[in-house]
Amino acid sequence: MVSPILELTNINKSFGHVHANKNINLTINKGTIHGIIGENGAGKSTLMSIVFGLYQANSGTIKVNGKEINLRSPKDSIINGIGMVHQHFMLVENFTVLENIILGFEGELVFGKNLEKAKKDLKDLCDTYKLNIDLNSTISDLSVGFRQRVEILKSLYRGAEILILDEPTGVLTPQEVDELFKILRSLKEEGKTIVLITHKLIEIMDLTSEVSVMRQGEMVGHTKTENTNKEQLAEMMVGRSVLLRLDKSEVKAGEILFSVKNLTVKDDLDVTRVKNVDLEIRSGEILGLAGVTGNGQTELLEALSGIRKVESGEIYLEGKKVSDSQNFLDPRELKDKGLAHVPEDRQRMGLVTDFKAYENLIFGYHDQQPFSKSSVLNHRDIISHSKKIMEEYDVRPQSPNLITSNFSGGNQQKIILSRELNENPKVLLVGQPTRGVDIGAIEFIHQRLIDMRDRGAAILLVSVELDEVLSLSDRIVVMFDGKIVGEKDNKNVTDRELGLLMAGVV
Amino acid sequence: MAPVDKSKVPWWVSNLIVPLVNLTLALLVSGLFIFIAGENPYEAVRLIIYGSFGYIEGFAYTLYYTTNFVFTGLAFAVAFHCRLFNIGGEGQAYIGGLGVFLVAINFSFLPVPIVWLLSIAGAVVFGAAWAFIPAYLQATRGSHVVITTIMFNFIAASLMVFLLVDVIRDTAQMGPHTVALPKEQWFPSFKDFAGLFGIKIRYSPLNISFLLAIAASVFVWFLVWKTRWGYEMRAVGHNTQAAIYAGISPYKNIIIAMCISGGLAGLLGVNEILGVHHKIVAGFPAGYGFTGIAVALMGRNHPIGIFPAAFLFGILYQGGSEVTFDMPNITRYMFVAVQGVIILFSGALENLFRPQIESFFVNRLNIKASA
Repeated sequence: MVSPILELTNINKSFGHVHANKNINLTINKGTIHGIIGENGAGKSTLMSIVFGLYQANSGTIKVNGKEINLRSPKDSIINGIGMVHQHFMLVENFTVLENIILGFEGELVFGKNLEKAKKDLKDLCDTYKLNIDLNSTISDLSVGFRQRVEILKSLYRGAEILILDEPTGVLTPQEVDELFKILRSLKEEGKTIVLITHKLIEIMDLTSEVSVMRQGEMVGHTKTENTNKEQLAEMMVGRSVLLRLDKSEVKAGEILFSVKNLTVKDDLDVTRVKNVDLEIRSGEILGLAGVTGNGQTELLEALSGIRKVESGEIYLEGKKVSDSQNFLDPRELKDKGLAHVPEDRQRMGLVTDFKAYENLIFGYHDQQPFSKSSVLNHRDIISHSKKIMEEYDVRPQSPNLITSNFSGGNQQKIILSRELNENPKVLLVGQPTRGVDIGAIEFIHQRLIDMRDRGAAILLVSVELDEVLSLSDRIVVMFDGKIVGEKDNKNVTDRELGLLMAGVV
Repeated sequence: MAPVDKSKVPWWVSNLIVPLVNLTLALLVSGLFIFIAGENPYEAVRLIIYGSFGYIEGFAYTLYYTTNFVFTGLAFAVAFHCRLFNIGGEGQAYIGGLGVFLVAINFSFLPVPIVWLLSIAGAVVFGAAWAFIPAYLQATRGSHVVITTIMFNFIAASLMVFLLVDVIRDTAQMGPHTVALPKEQWFPSFKDFAGLFGIKIRYSPLNISFLLAIAASVFVWFLVWKTRWGYEMRAVGHNTQAAIYAGISPYKNIIIAMCISGGLAGLLGVNEILGVHHKIVAGFPAGYGFTGIAVALMGRNHPIGIFPAAFLFGILYQGGSEVTFDMPNITRYMFVAVQGVIILFSGALENLFRPQIESFFVNRLNIKASA
């Protein structure tokens, strides 16, 4: 017998003039895994933050077990049995698992009876759900997957009957994802209700029994997962059908345009992050670099683009040595030689968000003709150039004078991409080209990268999205702990093989 | 209070209405001070307006003060666009004055207009050199310019006292100042100018440096928004990481921004030495360097804002001295407090009412647009 555990009726929420949630109705049944899917900015996280009491809705009612409740803070939600695992974990790094879980619920001034009871309860919970956590280990020693389990355990300990997970797999390796899914299934079997927020269709199909789709702040549909498929869901998400697999021509790899020999790079804290890496990229091919975040990809990209010093090893562009530990070209000199770089973090590095769009559209090329002439900027040419490429790359809105931070993430990314691709570089380094970008823009960006490749550019694609690496790359290398641990031809590789490499198992 | 969508706020609301509201509040609070001190605030306002606009000498004084504030305000603003908090304008102005004097006295054999140009260059070079040391330390060692520039103010003051007492003192006099420059090198003053039209004035410190202040404002506007230099400085200021990515050197730009800033502060020496004292007197920067910070903040670091802000402070300086003269209960320090209140409301509390004011206007405009 299905009975609704959580009912939302006519929920509305606005931030200033942005209507983030419009008349949302949602019913979640007890003991199910319910997926909420939508593009970035569709309003999923806002809705769940309302349910968790982080935001207050402007109007609408929330019922738990048929009883209307008023959620003013996360505390109210916890009392009503709602728990949430955030995308970014809320853990004290130098505390143990136990200390983190009882934080705020210690119940006694001097640890004693209550602590012992907590320990016992937690052990029972771990056993019931096969969480396999050592309560005495320090958070900073745990992998991301385990930290997530600590968050889950924390919610369960506080009596959560409904568990909300916000993009839980974004930071996990495929193996960790499998483990997580196992845990979630066993939670469901024990009668818990799980709400899974995600933009990954595979996860919805794998795990959920019901799914709700959001688009631009509205709930556009509810359905049983068994009655739908990926294509249909994708269409509901974006409001039109999208191409999930890219059509691309056979690779016509030419001469080696860019190569790296025995490269070692250290980070700001003097930790060696890239260890003896060798790479070769040919004209007309895309080399995909897969790996879990933090395995040296960032430092590698920074070294290749001239931002970070090389510790040892050499970098060659068109057969000529451009950098080693003694002599290196700076980013501008590399640009002049035909190397363009789309950095991983657009807000931290790729853009000056306080600048107007046209100022960012010439960023890094501002000292070239016709943008500047003997140190004076040529505004007329800059503006007309900006209008032209904003139209070509469909940057919306097409107003060069608008401050960049007012553009959406996808459009900010298009600003960077149009700037870097417009110069027709011979070698292109791309980091996370579609992070936080919605499906429509992803398709566009991928197509542009394929076009570049077909025109004979050598492209290095660094991405944590396995799907992206698989659909774009001609060859794939996997980076783990600063080393290249495997190279595969894209034609005969499975995500499982890559996942094992990414996790450092093989 | 929901945050306002910044892109929908008209420029005149954030750049005009908000500063005016802040200023009004500051004046109301100041009025309260004056009332508590036992004087009539309304009368004080009348005296300020009369003192700074009511008669020609008074108005000339207002513009003279404005000149100094424009130089130091621009100086602060240029460094601030590179996110450097140069609070060393005071010391840079002091050393800039030394440059003016040394050039003028040593090149007195040259034609006067050339001596003027060289002296202006001397002010810029000396002021820039004084800013260069903190800039270099910031760029290479990460020593924060706030700490180093304020220390360099003290070093400049001590150095100048040493020079004025032991090295370049006018030995015929007892005071800590140099000999006067030859009379023909003195900048034409407002008195000379008014004389051409048959208007007789007793004395006026206002001189052609005022025109230099206008030229400096235009220069700063052009530099910051129209040149590659300004573009790179702003890029470093807003996002150093991104600047490095684009091949812009933070090191170079920190030094350039600070040197231009110091050079502009040095121009205050031109006004004071060539225009007013005609010699170096101890302590001539008299706090203009610090007030310049408030001027720049109030003027939102844009020359178009800095000029009126400098003028406002000119009014306060000149009108304030008129008030202290006429109202026995109001001391000079009361007016320092009034300045402090203005700095507080337009600097530190700048965003106190900004969200309310902005959303008020945005809502009003929306209603109009939908009607």
